Amino acid sequence: MAINKFVRDLAEAMAGIKDGATVLLGGFGAVGQPNQLLDGLIEQGAKDLTVAVNNAGSGRVGLARLMELRRVRKLICTFPRSRDPVVFENLYKAGEIELEITPQGTLAQRIQAAGYGIGAFYTATAVGTPIARGKEHRDFDGREMVLEYALKADVALIEAWQADRWGNLTYKDAGRNFNPIMAQAAELTIVQTQHVVELGDLNPEHIITPGIFVDRVLHVPYGDPPIF
Amino acid sequence: MDAAPDFKPPAFKPWSRDKMAALVADDIPEGWYVNLGIGIPTMVANHVPLDREVIFHSENGVLGMGPAPPAEEINPWLINAGKQYVTLRKGGSYVHHADSFGMIRGGHLDLCCLGAFEVAENGDIANWATSENDTAPAVGGAMDLAAGAKRLWVLMEHMTKDGRSKMVKKCTYPLTAPHAVKRVYTNFGVFDVTARGFEVRAIVPGLSRDDLQARTDAPLFYPE
Repeated sequence: MAINKFVRDLAEAMAGIKDGATVLLGGFGAVGQPNQLLDGLIEQGAKDLTVAVNNAGSGRVGLARLMELRRVRKLICTFPRSRDPVVFENLYKAGEIELEITPQGTLAQRIQAAGYGIGAFYTATAVGTPIARGKEHRDFDGREMVLEYALKADVALIEAWQADRWGNLTYKDAGRNFNPIMAQAAELTIVQTQHVVELGDLNPEHIITPGIFVDRVLHVPYGDPPIF
Repeated sequence: MDAAPDFKPPAFKPWSRDKMAALVADDIPEGWYVNLGIGIPTMVANHVPLDREVIFHSENGVLGMGPAPPAEEINPWLINAGKQYVTLRKGGSYVHHADSFGMIRGGHLDLCCLGAFEVAENGDIANWATSENDTAPAVGGAMDLAAGAKRLWVLMEHMTKDGRSKMVKKCTYPLTAPHAVKRVYTNFGVFDVTARGFEVRAIVPGLSRDDLQARTDAPLFYPE
């Protein structure tokens, strides 16, 4: 039977996500964020989750809603102070959510390392700051660096612009952001795509994420992100 | 640090944020790859003439960023790291986050401009948290930029709202990076970070050396 990674609905897309899973969440701001998959995760019911994402959710929808339902045990995040982060802030003040702050580049590199089969790496970022405290340090050519571990995940939720049935993906403008590296770093990579194209229609030179990194694709033609 | 001394009414007019941004822009040569942080640094781009090819980078994966579009031409998929709508110049490109931060951490950016709470005379910068147990501290890409760019210039007000100097002997807030800042542009002057400390490059008209020193925690030096 021919390969077909397309699933019919959200329930099929989100099937099998377990309690305690580590979830990578694509997107930066409102761009390239897999909102419908997040709704699917809320519906699906997995709890005690660790979520790695750039921002800590806005308003009371999507990630904020997932946190409000007390389904997120820990957030790995670079900038929890985004637009209207009221749910996160309240949980954090109440001590009901764990926060791991990581520099944005270190987060990206930890995710990429996981996708590349690299266990850990040293970086100069954060040396001399509270974030490096208690971590292993080492000198490379006279420059002090700190050890950071790969961030391997059970699940990645991704938004793409185009997808074919093999799971080859393209992205739209700044919607690329964390999506391609997160797709590489998870056991189960679930994609929502704006457009579906026939196998062979994508120019091989333009495919950013080859299907080897993708497990399931759901067609969600929601249009443009909201303008704030 | 002593309490703010009683100043005479100032006989000088501090530079505006726009003027500070213009001073920085004048110092950026054609061909540099530059990342501008949130706040006053963002305004620098407005002062680089379009015919001087300076390539602006934004952490979320935009290289060759152009100015904000008019409201009717907004592309909702094209934002910068401050989540503002921007444009892409001819020759611009999109990359994913690891490549974008590879440009930063790999030392490929010629310049990064950031705001700061404090800069110390040894080049230490503190710009992300104002105490050790801040409510939900947010670091974003500041530590990557401060440690990774070839040069770090800081744009900030010279003093806090309650009259304390932000150019200090030693930072009191948690660091963003040690020994990182090369130059500071404030509303009172421009300063290079040198082996002996802050060296004054320029002073706002009407402010004497003594008055500038009185408003600065760290000792100031002047080129021979």
